[in-house]
Amino acid sequence: MLKRVHFPTSALPYFLVAPQVLITLIFFIWPASQAIYQSFLIEDAFGLSSEFVWFENFSILFDDEKYLSTFGRTIFFSIAVAFLSMSVALILAGFADRIVRGATAYRTLLIWPYAVAPVLAGALWVFMFNPTLGIFPFLLDMVGIDWNHYLNGGQAMTLVVIAAAWKQIAYNFLFYLAAMQSIPRSFIEAAAIDGAGPIRRFWDLVLPLISPTTFFLLVINAVYAFFDTFGIIHVVTQGGPANATTILVYKVYVDGFVGLDLGGSAAQSVILMIMVIAMTVIQFRYIERKVEY
Amino acid sequence: MVENRPILNLISHLVLLFGIAIVALPIWITFVAATHDAVRMAQAPIPMLPGSYFWQNFKETLFGSGLSGTQTTAVWRMLLNSLTMALMISFGKIAISLISAFAIVYFKFPFRMGFFWMIFLTLMLPVEVRILPTFEVVAKLGMLNSYWGLSIPLIASATATFMFRQVFLTIPDEMLESARIDGAGPLRFFWDILIPLSRTNIAALFVILFIYGWNQYLWPLLITTDADMTTIVMSIKQMLQAAEQSPQWNIIMMTALLAMIPPVFVVITMQKLFVKGLTETDK
Repeated sequence: MLKRVHFPTSALPYFLVAPQVLITLIFFIWPASQAIYQSFLIEDAFGLSSEFVWFENFSILFDDEKYLSTFGRTIFFSIAVAFLSMSVALILAGFADRIVRGATAYRTLLIWPYAVAPVLAGALWVFMFNPTLGIFPFLLDMVGIDWNHYLNGGQAMTLVVIAAAWKQIAYNFLFYLAAMQSIPRSFIEAAAIDGAGPIRRFWDLVLPLISPTTFFLLVINAVYAFFDTFGIIHVVTQGGPANATTILVYKVYVDGFVGLDLGGSAAQSVILMIMVIAMTVIQFRYIERKVEY
Repeated sequence: MVENRPILNLISHLVLLFGIAIVALPIWITFVAATHDAVRMAQAPIPMLPGSYFWQNFKETLFGSGLSGTQTTAVWRMLLNSLTMALMISFGKIAISLISAFAIVYFKFPFRMGFFWMIFLTLMLPVEVRILPTFEVVAKLGMLNSYWGLSIPLIASATATFMFRQVFLTIPDEMLESARIDGAGPLRFFWDILIPLSRTNIAALFVILFIYGWNQYLWPLLITTDADMTTIVMSIKQMLQAAEQSPQWNIIMMTALLAMIPPVFVVITMQKLFVKGLTETDK
């Protein structure tokens, strides 16, 4: 943690940490404590007075079927995004690992979606799935599927999952490829000499060896789906139709900024905070990032 | 290559090309949409091959008034806002993380670990979970609709501080010893030895942070109400809303293209640094 050799004590280190600590206090810790405080208050209908109610906001939330279904929906959404984007990335990385010639070119062409903002990813996909103009509804119409994500909740969910997973493929691909390339070649060669074909080697050797990466990516993708997909939902469906794509983060925003339900929104913020803390602890405590063999 | 299987190699290339096609399809359609005129883009099915209106759309989007009747800010202004915000966020994060990591690694002072854990806490408090109270703080400080409001609240960074801490810890103690024998004070040591030694890490971090800053959405959405402060990424949503009345997909898609070119360009041209930054900051 600290260097064995260090500078003598003076006022200087305080000045050095001051900017970071001040910003943390003003824009992170103070608002977070405000959110916790507000989550114990209920305002009257006119916003004139507020009453301290302990955990009533929370019990209202957990009695609210809408909130509970939002919870379930968010978990489904995260699993779907993580599964779709990780499996596509795994397949692509598996093949890219074999390739000797042109591997860098493939990598370049696969990683750039990382740089596309979630809201832009949403805009691109919503254009391609536009019910009257888009290319996919046109193709789906040929096989008899009537696509309209403005009316059909299931289709709306499919669309946001695709858009969110598309953006995340790049990240997962990079990490999977790096993990596969760090497996010693002698392992693969030994298995090949024992007569294992490429598919067998992939299932019984590569996949178990990269399992730490899979676990790490699972957490990262869950965090991404929970918190970074606000832009996608906001631009593609606005949480609709009939809340079919409202996830937790989106609900905090809608209840707080549109519905102006301060106590309820704050209570949701606190629940989200607990979830981020849990995920961060898992990420730091249980994940061995360095893949060593 | 373990064994030579030409057919499998062929399949590998085909799968990868197919993967690239899927990944690139949205951008292709966006590009094509940006090269046609509004009339063509209102007929289904939309074209799959580029048209000849690229430069006209480009000029109209960048310098014109944008969508008819809805737009008040020119797109070049939004690009400038985005660039300012992205640069302020990335330089700000790097600067304050460098100095706090330096203090934590090279000085022994009371509350050192307390400060360290306080910085760690920011990792657990993303904007999304404290939307309303953070907005209130910024409003009270009078930072709404300003570049300061767009960037300062986002520049605290646990990951960057951790990364620099890690880098400093790998620098041999002898460096400091010899620097001190030669009469260098702490700031001299920081500026002439630590900064040059962590140059690649700074560059890698810059690539990641520039993308992070450029792509901010929720935060600018909350604190900018003045059309002159709109960022390019935000404007897409407003345009799509306007598109429900008067679809001008050629202009919207050209704007989307302009909004993604800078970060994508950074990733592609600085790929090595990008990969380094990505794998090192997420530890």
